[in-house]
This record gives sequence, C-alpha cells and structure tokens, in this order.
Amino acid sequence: MADLNKPAWRNDAFAKVTGRTRYTDDLKFPNLLHAVPVYSEHVHATLRGVDTRAAAASEGVVRVITARDVPGTNRFGQIVQDFRVFADDRIRHNGDVVALVVAQTRDQALRAAEMVRVDAIPLPSVLDPEEAMKPGAMLVHEEFGTNIINTHRIRRGDIEEGFRVSEVIVEHEFATPWVEHAYMEPEVAVCQVRSDGVMEVYGSMQHPFSTRRFVSAVLGVPLADVEVIGTPMGGGFGGKDDTAAIVCARAALAARLTGRPVKLMYRRDWSIRESYKRHPYRVKYKMGLTRAGRIKAVHCTIIADGGAYCSVTPWVTWRSTVQCCGPYEVPHVHCDTFGVYTNNPVTGAMRGFGSPQVNFVVESMIDIAAQRLNMSAIELRRINMVRQGSVTITGQKLDNHTVAMEQVLDAVLRETDFENKVRTCPRGAGHEEEQYGIGLAMSYRGVSLGAEGVDFCAAMINVQADGSILIETGIHENGQGAESAMMLIAARELGVAVERIRYRRSSTSVIPDSGTTVASRGTIMGGGAVTLAAQDLKQKIAEAVAPAMDCLPGELEFRDEQIVHPPSGRSTSFDKAIQEMFSQKRFPHAFGVFKAPTVTWDEHDGQGKAYFTWVYGCQAIELMVNRKTGKVRLLNAVAAHDVGSAVNRAMLEGQFYGGMAMGIGYALHEDLEVVDGRIQNANLNAYRIPRAMDMPEMKAIIIENPDPESPSAAKSIGEPTNELMAPAIANAIFNASGKRHFHLPIRCVPEG
Amino acid sequence: MTITVNGTVRELTPDVLQKRLVEYLREDLDLTGTKNACDIGACGACTLLIDDLPLKICTKRVHEVAGKRITTIEGLARNDGTLHPLQQAFVDHGAIQCGFCTPGMVLTAHAFLLKHPTPTRSEIRRAIYGNLCRCTGYQQIVDAIAAAAPYYATHSQP
Ligand code: FES
Ligand code: FES
Repeated sequence: MADLNKPAWRNDAFAKVTGRTRYTDDLKFPNLLHAVPVYSEHVHATLRGVDTRAAAASEGVVRVITARDVPGTNRFGQIVQDFRVFADDRIRHNGDVVALVVAQTRDQALRAAEMVRVDAIPLPSVLDPEEAMKPGAMLVHEEFGTNIINTHRIRRGDIEEGFRVSEVIVEHEFATPWVEHAYMEPEVAVCQVRSDGVMEVYGSMQHPFSTRRFVSAVLGVPLADVEVIGTPMGGGFGGKDDTAAIVCARAALAARLTGRPVKLMYRRDWSIRESYKRHPYRVKYKMGLTRAGRIKAVHCTIIADGGAYCSVTPWVTWRSTVQCCGPYEVPHVHCDTFGVYTNNPVTGAMRGFGSPQVNFVVESMIDIAAQRLNMSAIELRRINMVRQGSVTITGQKLDNHTVAMEQVLDAVLRETDFENKVRTCPRGAGHEEEQYGIGLAMSYRGVSLGAEGVDFCAAMINVQADGSILIETGIHENGQGAESAMMLIAARELGVAVERIRYRRSSTSVIPDSGTTVASRGTIMGGGAVTLAAQDLKQKIAEAVAPAMDCLPGELEFRDEQIVHPPSGRSTSFDKAIQEMFSQKRFPHAFGVFKAPTVTWDEHDGQGKAYFTWVYGCQAIELMVNRKTGKVRLLNAVAAHDVGSAVNRAMLEGQFYGGMAMGIGYALHEDLEVVDGRIQNANLNAYRIPRAMDMPEMKAIIIENPDPESPSAAKSIGEPTNELMAPAIANAIFNASGKRHFHLPIRCVPEG
Repeated sequence: MTITVNGTVRELTPDVLQKRLVEYLREDLDLTGTKNACDIGACGACTLLIDDLPLKICTKRVHEVAGKRITTIEGLARNDGTLHPLQQAFVDHGAIQCGFCTPGMVLTAHAFLLKHPTPTRSEIRRAIYGNLCRCTGYQQIVDAIAAAAPYYATHSQP
C-alpha cells in the first residue's frame, strides 16, 4: 500500500541528520547536579553496610544516597518485585548498585564514587543454571525457597507414541550466549521537581509508563505526581525497560533529596555491567521423524539463565515454549522450560524475545534431520510447515489470517536460486581454501504480547481550528520510526497529506498507560489505536457536514484532502469541514482504543490460542568459510517477511537490515565474556557488534497480506527479522565446511 | 590561541584548553550533535572533522586541536538551512533510525567522499568501518553514501 518509489520519509530525519535532535543528555537545565552510580567488587555477598562518609566529604559532593534514603519502596519489578534501586540485604550480581553520588560536576561525582566503602561478606555464587536448579543449591533469593523463577510446559499428543512411530531420531544439545543490546546511546535520565511539585522525568527508556510506576513507587508518591516525558532515544531493542527505569528512579530520588535537577548519565562500561541481556539458553532437543520426512515427535528441555533478577524472564521463556517447534506441525510434543536465578548478569527483554534462541535450535535441527534422511532440507520444511488451517503445537488453528509460510519461503528460494546453489556446496569436500555455502532458516512468530500480558493501546487525534492535526499515542518512539508510522497510518485513514500532522511526543500525564513498546507491538497496537481514532473522527466530521451536503454521514468518503459524496459529486475540503465543526461547537477530537483480540492459555498442558495473529519470515545467506583461518566471509543475504500491510517502505527495509545485522552479530561476533559472574568485555572495543565491512549486501522482500485482526492491516517487523540469521548461517557453514555448530557465536576452527 | 568551529573563530582561554573537547563543544558551545557513546574511541559517535579529516574526539582535550578548523554536524548544512546533498541522501535512503550514530557517520562519509568521489560499495564500507551503528545494518547508509558520491565528483567545493 505504501508508494514504493517515494524517497524515505520520517518526521524526525531532518533534526537527526543536522544534529539538532535533543536526546536526554543534550537537554540543558539550570543548576544541574550530576550523579554517578557506585558498584561493589562482589558477585554475591551479604551487604552489611555502605560507608559514605569520605565520599560525602569530598569536594563538590552534595549528597550520597543509599537504600536507606529511599522514602517509598526499594524493590520492584514488572512480574516479581525483586529488583532493588539500591542493594539492601545482598549483592546479587556484579552490576548491583550500592550508592549514588551526587555532586556539582560529573568529575567530582566520579572522584567521590571511588571513596564509597562497601562492607560485605562474600557468599558462594551460583553461576550455572543447571546447578542452580538442583535442590540444596545456594539460593539467590532466599525468600523464594528456590532458584527456579518459572516453568512452562507443553504436553501435546502422546510423546511415547510419537517416538514409537518415528523411524529416525535426531538428538542434540545447543547453547546460546548472553547478548548485549548495545544501543548506541547509554542509559541516561534527568529529573527535576516542578514548581507544582510534580517530578518531571526525561530519560532514555522505552516504557514511560513502567518508568512512571517505578519512580512513583520509589518516591512513595501517586502516579499523577510523576510525569515521564517522551524524549528521543538512541536505540533500545528491548533493552531499555526495567534497568533504564531504575536509572530514572535513581535520578528522580536524587532530585527529590537535593531539590535540584539531577542528571544520571551512564558510561558505556556501567551500561554493559548493569543492564539486562538476552538470556543464554541451553536446549536439549530430540526430534522423531518418519523416513518420509514427517516430524512425529519433539521432546525438549529449555533452560534460561535468568540472572539475579526476574525481569521478564517468565514472558521471554513463554514465547520460546510456544514456538519451540518452529513453524511446523508436530503431533506429539513434550516441552519443559525453566527460567532460573543465578548470580550472573540480569537477563530480560531483547529484540526477538525468546525466539532467536529456539529458532537457532529448531532450524539447525531441521537441516540435521534432512541430512540424516538424505532429503532436501527445503523438502523437509515443505512437508511439515504450517499452512492455511494448520494447527499449532498449542492447538491454535491458523485460519483467521493468511498463513504465508510457503509464500515467504518461495520468495527467498526464487531470489537466491537456492536449490541450484545448495547442490554446489562442498560440505567439506574438495581442497579450495575458501568453501562456499548457502543456508536458510524460517519461522513464524506470534504478534504482540499474546498471553504474556494485558494488551491494549490508546491514541488521540486532535484537529486544530486551522486543520492541522495533532496525534498522540501510548507507543514510544524507540528510534524505529513508530511516530512516522502512526502519522502515515492517520494520514491514510483520514485521506489527508501527512504534512498536516504533527506527532506530539507523549507524556504519561496525558495519554493513558498503553503498555510497553516491545514485542514489535508498535505498529499493530499503536497503528490499530490510531486507525480507530481516525475512524471515530471521520464519523464526527461526517455528522457535522452531512446536513449541509444533503446526505447521510455514512455516504461520505475522505480522500485527497476532501470529504466527498460520491453519488452527487458534492465535496467540501477538510479545512472547511473543520471550520464547520467549530462553528457548530463540536470538537474535531477523537480517542481510539485498540484492544488486542482475546487469547487463551492453559498453563497446565501449554495449550491455547497463544497469539491473536502470526507473522511469517524466511532468510537465507551465502558465505565463504576459509578452512585455513576459520574466517567466515558473508556474501549476500536475503529476507522475506510478511508484514501485513506496508506503511513506510524505507523504514520497513531498515527494520529488515537492522534485524539481520543483529542476527549476524549473534551468529558470528557477539560474545559477552562472563567469568565468575563478572563481565570482561564491558565496552564496544571488546564486545564486538557488526561493522559495515562485516555485513553482506542485503535484500528485503516485503510480502503483504493485510491482516483482518489489525485495524490498520499492518502487523509487525521489528523482531521477526532478528531471529533467523543465526540458524541460516549455521546451516550455510555446514553446507560449506561439513561442520555442524551447536553453540553461538560460531567459531570455525582452522584446519590442520 | 583560537579554534575555528563551523566557520566561527573562537578564543581559547587557558582553562578551556584543558577541557575535554567533547565537553567544550557540547556544554560551552551547545553543539550537542556530537555524541559520546563509549569514551574510549571505539564507536565513532563523537567523530568530527578537523581540517576536513575525521577524528574521534572523545579522548581529546581542547589544546590538542587548538589552531585547527573544526566542522561538527551542525556546520554541514547550507547557510540557508537546506541540507547538504549527503545529508539529504541519508534522509532519502532511510539511513537514519535512532540517529545516534548519524552525526559521526555523516561526517566520516563526507570526509571520505571529499577524497574519493567515485567509491565502490566495499570502499564505502571500509571508510565507515570505525563508525558503529546498531540500528540500520549499514545497508541504507551505504546506499546513501553511494548516491551522494556523484555530487562530490562534479563539484569543486562540495
Ligand atoms: S564516543 Fe568517541 S568513539 Fe565512541
Ligand atoms: S541509527 Fe541508531 S545507531 Fe545508527
């Protein structure tokens, strides 16, 4: 539906490309104080006290804050209230903050931070999630009596029968690493108390509403006394929820205690040390198939290292559970999933949200099984993949939207000439120094939160007397272009030029709490709410102008800046219609609420309608493996994703490419080195995200099947693009070198 | 001692000379387009041009660039406020997402195109090797730089 030939459009591009955009650290406040966090050397320890006297006496220091200074609650979390603003009873991981030093300048605060003394008695730490699950293991949170944060399961069919009727059984174990979000802008917050007593919060966070909850709880004040103001953000990728909200809460507390504006700006090494990561997974996977290539049974155990705090571990692992068989119909499934506390870095939401890990496993397994069966891996996928009317492993019938699995697969096969090329892959044979491989992976993905959470979203459209339009939604701009997408959706629905519209950065004191901008729910939820608000507005305008146009409101159409009555050919301009409304004392103002359609879930057997709709994607990569050096050189990558309806083509493509780049980092580069609970590579020189030269040329194929469950017809794209490159690369490397890799990141060992 | 920032000559007092350059630009001159994302010269977010050459400045002090001509992202657009063709190419090709890497990326590309107005795509990738971007996968950034190159090839003072 988007005009494919138009240059890219974003409402914020001009400001960004000229350096004018004010991110949080760029805002200026008079009389500003600077805060820095204080960590301890420990990984796990009983905290006896924090001696702040020397720091407090240091030059320029205004205040040193510890857990004792928190007037409200020091503990919170979205699911389990185990996060601490400041460590109180124990240090549970190396990124726990024991104090905050507030000083006139940042340098003074940094100097004083060195003077804070921590009195703590080290405890044995539990660093291996499988050990942590065993009875008698050291407990990270004694009050819970176990280190198991959560379990999920799927019991479908009869697993023993499934393996009995299987003729080939494939069984492997896989492991994936921590992944740092590495948003380019580290966490930062500036807070000040307004003259009316309201705490104003500016910060780099992707969930203004949970930030507000945290700030109000920490300060012990009502939600209405905290206003979180949407501020441009330098990347999030799921990573600026809980820990970013804590940063805001600490800055707010400092502002409250000092009576002055306070900035808490994270250094990169603090950001990496303290912020949560993507969960490392260990997966034991057993698949049974018939010789003809029908998958009969899957038995899998998934263990996620949840780190020291719960964060959203239960939700992340739930998605992994629901999607543990990939986009395939499997009659007999037995899956057990565990989220486990350890003293390792905290883990939580990251783009993909539990699917990159299981997709690496499933899509590797499919290629392994195909090889065992001596069958084409594409053929094996075709035999088992979901189609229109298929039933998922949780018993959900896929019949309310277009099941585009085969469509995206075919698009990628065609674009890459996959089936001819894969036949030429040496799989380790031959003597060339560089060996060629092509590989592919595909997935389906439940859209938005699903049974993970309460899912609804609000939007407001407020037309001004001159016809200019303000829109506002509960969806936060994370840098992905959500604001632009909402504006284009509104313009399309109202039949006006997008230039009329201004997106008002939301404040938590204006728009209702619409949940977090995660799970790629920005376009479908925010766009849904905008569409419904626009429809409501059109209804109101039509009612106002219909009498003068001598017709019924329902007969009017909105297009090309006009309101038209097609049967008579009469029309009036949008501007005139708005004037008419004001003269009739009617406000051209509308509010839209999109509630995600109902989903169901039975935790006991893991059955139900897990998500209200699904998206489908397939990615392929061509590469060379150098057998002497082990180096992998990427040549060319192709992705096809069903996006429902394309709202903004260039932005969509940007989501493809950015997601694929992160997938490539996951596959080959990114390796957070954690030794005894301490992160060793806490800056961007040592934690290596992909650079321009690491990347292949990429092609994005946008498939559109408008979704009836989505008012705007659009679905989501942020995460699906991020979950397929690792298995595609693993499969391509196998096709090149004949070696199968079960761990990420993949390290090809040089031969001889 | 003076320094020329985006065409304006500025006096440098002794205490300013000791300041971190990124602080001088961001705090004293309010040129906040120059970002700081790592402090150790590892990401390129703080890149600006010193006598038309790109430099990561997060580890530099003001005295290290005294007497030089500095161009920040704020100094690239035309005086009438219209975008430089390279900036326009970034906008038109969707090369901007969160925008945090954009100032450093644009300046690095500008310096590169001044010297190499007819680059291949892989030369472009090499040129921006030191500028990290987490959002775009670089594809549309490379597209934008390639699209702007002909302008550099055909203008004597781009
Ligand atoms: S901030 Fe200077 S290179 Fe990262
Ligand atoms: S656009 Fe976000 S880091 Fe480059």
